Amino acid sequence: MNAPAKFETTLKDWETDQEVRWCPGCGDYAILKAVQRTLPQLGANPANTCFISGIGCSSRFPYYMETYGFHTIHGRAPAFATGAKLANPDLDIWLVTGDGDGLSIGGNHLMHVLRRNVNMQIMLFNNEIYGLTKGQYSPTSREGTKSPSTPLGSVDHPARPAAFALGAGARFVGRGFDVSKNLPDVLMAAHAHQGAAFIEIFQNCIVYNKDVFDDFAAPKGAEDRQLWLENGKPMLFAGDTKGITLDREKLTLDVVDVVDGDWEAAGVIVHDVTNRSIAHMLVEMPFGPFPMALGVLYDDPRPTFESAVIAEREQASAGKEANLAKLLGKGQTWTVSGTAQDPV
Amino acid sequence: MATAAPDSVGSPQDGIPASPEAIVVRFAGDSGDGMQLTGGQFTLSTALAGNDLATFPDFPAEIRAPQGTLFGVSAFQINFGSREINTAGDAPDVLVAMNPAALKVNLAALKPGGLIIADTGAFTKRNLDKAHYDANPLEDGSLAKYDVLAFDISEKTIEAVKPYGLGNKDALRSKNMWTLGLALWMFDRDRAPIHDWLRAKFKSKPDIADANIAALDAGHAYGETAELAGPLKQVHVDPVPSAPGLYRTVTGAEAVSLGLVAGAQLAELPMFFGGYPITPASAILHHLARLKEFGVTTFQAEDEIAAICAAIGASYAGQLGVTSSSGPGIALKGEAMGLAIMTELPLVIVNSQRGGPSTGLPTKTEQSDLYQAVYGRNGDAPMPVIAARSPSDAFEVAIEACRIAVEYMTPVMLLTDGYIANAAEPWKVPDPADYAPFPAKFLEEKNDGDRLLPYKRDEKGARPWIKPGTPGLMHRIGGIEKHELTGNIDYSPDNHQRMTDLRKGKVDGVAVPDQDVCLGNTKGKLAVVGWGSTFGPIHRAVDNSIRKGLDVSHIHVRHIWPLPKNLGDLLRGFDHVLVPEMNTGQFKTVLRDQYLIDAQPLTKTSGQPFQIAELEAEIAKFFDGVPGNEGGQVPANDQQLPSTEGGAE
Repeated sequence: MNAPAKFETTLKDWETDQEVRWCPGCGDYAILKAVQRTLPQLGANPANTCFISGIGCSSRFPYYMETYGFHTIHGRAPAFATGAKLANPDLDIWLVTGDGDGLSIGGNHLMHVLRRNVNMQIMLFNNEIYGLTKGQYSPTSREGTKSPSTPLGSVDHPARPAAFALGAGARFVGRGFDVSKNLPDVLMAAHAHQGAAFIEIFQNCIVYNKDVFDDFAAPKGAEDRQLWLENGKPMLFAGDTKGITLDREKLTLDVVDVVDGDWEAAGVIVHDVTNRSIAHMLVEMPFGPFPMALGVLYDDPRPTFESAVIAEREQASAGKEANLAKLLGKGQTWTVSGTAQDPV
Repeated sequence: MATAAPDSVGSPQDGIPASPEAIVVRFAGDSGDGMQLTGGQFTLSTALAGNDLATFPDFPAEIRAPQGTLFGVSAFQINFGSREINTAGDAPDVLVAMNPAALKVNLAALKPGGLIIADTGAFTKRNLDKAHYDANPLEDGSLAKYDVLAFDISEKTIEAVKPYGLGNKDALRSKNMWTLGLALWMFDRDRAPIHDWLRAKFKSKPDIADANIAALDAGHAYGETAELAGPLKQVHVDPVPSAPGLYRTVTGAEAVSLGLVAGAQLAELPMFFGGYPITPASAILHHLARLKEFGVTTFQAEDEIAAICAAIGASYAGQLGVTSSSGPGIALKGEAMGLAIMTELPLVIVNSQRGGPSTGLPTKTEQSDLYQAVYGRNGDAPMPVIAARSPSDAFEVAIEACRIAVEYMTPVMLLTDGYIANAAEPWKVPDPADYAPFPAKFLEEKNDGDRLLPYKRDEKGARPWIKPGTPGLMHRIGGIEKHELTGNIDYSPDNHQRMTDLRKGKVDGVAVPDQDVCLGNTKGKLAVVGWGSTFGPIHRAVDNSIRKGLDVSHIHVRHIWPLPKNLGDLLRGFDHVLVPEMNTGQFKTVLRDQYLIDAQPLTKTSGQPFQIAELEAEIAKFFDGVPGNEGGQVPANDQQLPSTEGGAE
């Protein structure tokens, strides 16, 4: 789409007069602020910005953004957003969903909006629990999660949102967490990407799943377990003392020690955001033996769904007039004059 | 080419006058025999000959059912005449049976004394076994009460197409064209339009086109020579006197599609159509996908839910959202309809009803989604419902649905059914200039001083339509109960009461034309009240009954919800109200509920339309003991139109 003029706004311009109703201490507050901080930096126009959500704690998000907003039904936000984008491709659409909304009831729609590559930013707040329905385990909950519906612990394997997105055909996969100062950078990269940009945002549910991401997202002391990926930069973490290398025989990633900053000697690989194979390894990289991959994991745009739909419509319409009277009388017709029939 | 006299049994065509007022022909064969194509082309030639007509395509749910089997029989019935035709006809005068299974399944429906045209070439031991015939019915005298023309169509077709070098298997595929050629001769029809159609259809394969034309001509020539030989007679049906104008044939699916395009133009809106493949609704998606130059975007979604949600998303963004499905798909869309009601966005939902529940009878017709349409959502979720009564009426109804949706900011459900969707009838091509436009209005600036009130209502009770992208009008909508003016989340008890009342009041207040009586007096002994595709048989049955001197009227309701304001008083003017429906009595219950009247049901759920005779018989029961009433003695014709299941016994 044509690049709209930059709009001058401040964080305050993006706040509504509505009282925010998340639990005190919820990670959603930090994400809301990160988004409200990002939009002025993008020069976004509030009248042209539209937040569309499903159902769940995260999906209350649109009510707190002074933009156009549509709080839809459980899991279906991608479908509403697809229709809105096809109807008005100039809208800047942000989709807000959660692990239950996006991967359980709405998994089908999330898959297809990514596969079709509809141009929008998709923020999936992953708190690994159902918050708004009071704490049942979710499709991203770890095995053994005890919840009201799984008092003995859950037994099913969790879905991995970023791996799901990439598998569904996403051309942009980013990751961040609620209180991270880098989150706006990830959001800006997602916004710059033309096409469906998927961002998994780890979000702390203070009431039902408190601090489950502390191993890598705790305010202090967890930095060494974060791998912030930057295009063209070596994959270094833990104060550049460790890095990620590729075992070229086994085709797996490995963690290596970096001595005296000589990452090349250690075989640390350089992040190429367009390398889909490495992206697949990054989204599957198990946390624990490996750090948590954050930032822009993959970014390789290709033509968007709406541009293809518009191009096809324009091509099909070229040289044709939209004459309804002619359309109604199309095909084999006959004329009755008076009471005698007169086939044509 | 073919000159042999037919191997006929009985005395052909005694039952058919040379110039009948109306005649019913059924083409029946294996799914692979091309009967729907034959029927479609015969329909075209009938229309071009100036007859009024109605058709009933009846085919199995299987795409390629095993050859020769009873459940693989596909049939196409056409009723045409020199007078107004309302139905596809109760019982055929002529049955074309391309194999034993087709004969077995369809014979029960044939009129006594009717004509059977059968292809002896397909009455092989193997095919007779598959149709569970112990002996060849063409030879064992079991068809004595009919006229039978039996000859080897297969062989004659192979002979006709021999010059084109096709193998036997390919040659036999032209069998339907040979048969069509014979039918064209029999009813004195012009072959040229069919020649043109074949040349266009097989543009890239001129040999196949020529072979089919040769088969068609051979069938036609056979008729001429057979007539010379004696037994076969030509039948001439005069053209029907019609209002002057341009005519074409139209199916319900075509008419719905064209009506939606017209409705969007009258609303001055681009149309967004979200669909998902489902029988018998897919044809609407197919038609609209080819009309992009009319500002139509079609979107084949990942499922039924996404189809309606995308349509609502498009309406939200300022286009006319439309979705379409059949019963099972409509069930899936229910929650999203509730959101469209809650957010008060325009939307048209087309339901091409089929037999249910669950998967039910995908290719058969029923009217059993009326409760679903009127009541089938969670919460108090009022929604206008409007029903088409015939293929051509679907055009008018689609425009009306668009009008209500845009003027009242509401989803509207348009009901058609499998019969309307597939059936064709002649249509006097309407002039778009005859329809009053209803341009959509979008709010451009704040509507309450310096405040925006997204739920402030106009005199119709509709809230403003606000396109995202409009400067200064940012606001949020959603499915949670909202304040009656600001649209902000508001759970307070008084507000929910008011919003529930406002939503109900808006739909109750939709302007609906007063109900008319389409046949008979405006008060009297019996009103037969129908809705949807039962129009044809009810109209004819009431007409026949009136001619017998019975005091009966036909009322056909288009606006199912809200009902016309005068309907209650109108119905109270009759001693009895009879409601024929292809369900277990759903509209009857609505009428009882709304008007506390003793509406009597007449129900049918065989997957087949009503027959005129069974309706007449039911009407007659209200007049027992009335002097001159012969209706009471007329036995109901309980023969169904062909049911592939029914024929299995």
